[in-house]
Amino acid sequence: MHLDHSHDGPAAVSADAHRPNGSRRALRIGLGGPVGSGKTATVAALCQALRDELSLAVVTNDIYTREDAEFLLREAVLPPERITAVATGACPHTAIRDDISANLEAVEDLEDEVGPLDLILVESGGDNLTATFSKGLVDAQIFVIDVAGGDDIPRKGGPGVTTADLLVVNKTDLAPYVGSDLGRMAADAKAQRAELPVVFQSLRSKGGVRDVAGWVRAQLAAWTA
Amino acid sequence: MSRAALLVLADGRFPAGGHAHSGGAEAAVRAGRITGAASLEDFCRGRLHTAGLVAASLAAAAAAGVDALSLDAAADARTPSPALRVAARKLGRQLMRAARATWPSEELDALARAFPKGAHQPVVLGVVARAAGLGASDAAYCAVYESVSGAASATVRLLSLDPFDATGVLARLAPELDRVADRAVESARRVAGEGVDALPAASAPLLEIGAEVHAGWPVRLFAS
Ligand SMILES: Nc1nc2c(ncn2[C@@H]2O[C@H](COP(=O)(O)OP(=O)(O)OP(=O)(O)O)[C@@H](O)[C@H]2O)c(=O)[nH]1
Ligand SMILES: [Mg+2]
Repeated sequence: MHLDHSHDGPAAVSADAHRPNGSRRALRIGLGGPVGSGKTATVAALCQALRDELSLAVVTNDIYTREDAEFLLREAVLPPERITAVATGACPHTAIRDDISANLEAVEDLEDEVGPLDLILVESGGDNLTATFSKGLVDAQIFVIDVAGGDDIPRKGGPGVTTADLLVVNKTDLAPYVGSDLGRMAADAKAQRAELPVVFQSLRSKGGVRDVAGWVRAQLAAWTA
Repeated sequence: MSRAALLVLADGRFPAGGHAHSGGAEAAVRAGRITGAASLEDFCRGRLHTAGLVAASLAAAAAAGVDALSLDAAADARTPSPALRVAARKLGRQLMRAARATWPSEELDALARAFPKGAHQPVVLGVVARAAGLGASDAAYCAVYESVSGAASATVRLLSLDPFDATGVLARLAPELDRVADRAVESARRVAGEGVDALPAASAPLLEIGAEVHAGWPVRLFAS
């Protein structure tokens, strides 16, 4: 946002691209979407795909537990000191959009304690179709829906589906069982999003997260360019 | 002072992290001490005359220019529960972040440097009030109002309480909020001659105990 704060203090104030010591901060990517669509599974798969080439950390925003963080810890996708859980007070969208202070604190602490970092993934608690991340918190956002939540979700639109930098339609392996029409979902998403990208994926298949990982690499290349 | 600046700072939507905290209401609901509007009112009254008075006095003193380091130590001494100290510092740090972006000031920068992980929220609140061009009384009002409004809005979520009933509780407490804010300003004024020991140390043991219990729950909606 602003690179020219007149009052230089000890901590970055918001979306500044540089840390107080002048170095470039990590790229921050948000993952939002309805409950159970596969946000944590995508984060886990991304960590596994990227951790050998990048310095990574994750912030989770569970609604009332620490389950997402605990899942990531159990799966050992990253060392524990690279995973932070933020408590959100019954309102996940508030913590990622209206009042991002706790999340900014978490990303700053991660950079201080385990940095330098290339990338921080911020997972929102499962919420509704209007929940989006503040630009003060993330540089780009991924909205994750799944084929089992109803194939009319892309048609219904809403800020997440319409404006996210990447739309992921997850669990394509389930489409035959729930009667979801992937062609229709793709056409509706195209109509809502024009040129913005959409990825269909199944994390049950090998290399399931490949396209999303490729998109993240491209974001990072643009960020560090 | 600017009355409009006071509204900006006192607005429940000021993005300083308060939405994730219940002011002890989540623990009190679980313990059966808050079950509806009447018991919410009792709970808020208790908070107001204990934690609220102490917070308002610290905030008023900080707004009046009393040394923030000694006020922060005074706040620690008045907060027996480690969980509440952690929460107060977290909220102080979050308020600091929002305020430095909103009302940039050398004094805020210096306080942030002295407490990179956060000073007690009421102390930060007082310094923020100064940065916003507000006075000790304004800071005290923000603190007393926060001490009850956070618990009331958390209870609306926790009990699905009628929001009109919760707001009615706050309106009925208004005259008491005025009196507690006055007391806080009066005690802050005495700090100049008597030191920080002149500040009230009213404690609420159930809030302290409840906060410790709450911090150990595996499943909870609020951070404190
Ligand atoms: N069949 C299938 N199941 C999947 C896929 N991706 C995730 N799941 C499963 O879907 C369930 C929910 O996945 P999560 O990653 O926890 O979903 P989430 O969006 O993080 O959920 P919340 O954080 O609770 O909102 C889990 O049981 C996953 O194993 C997929 O591609 N195919
Ligand atoms: Mg999850």
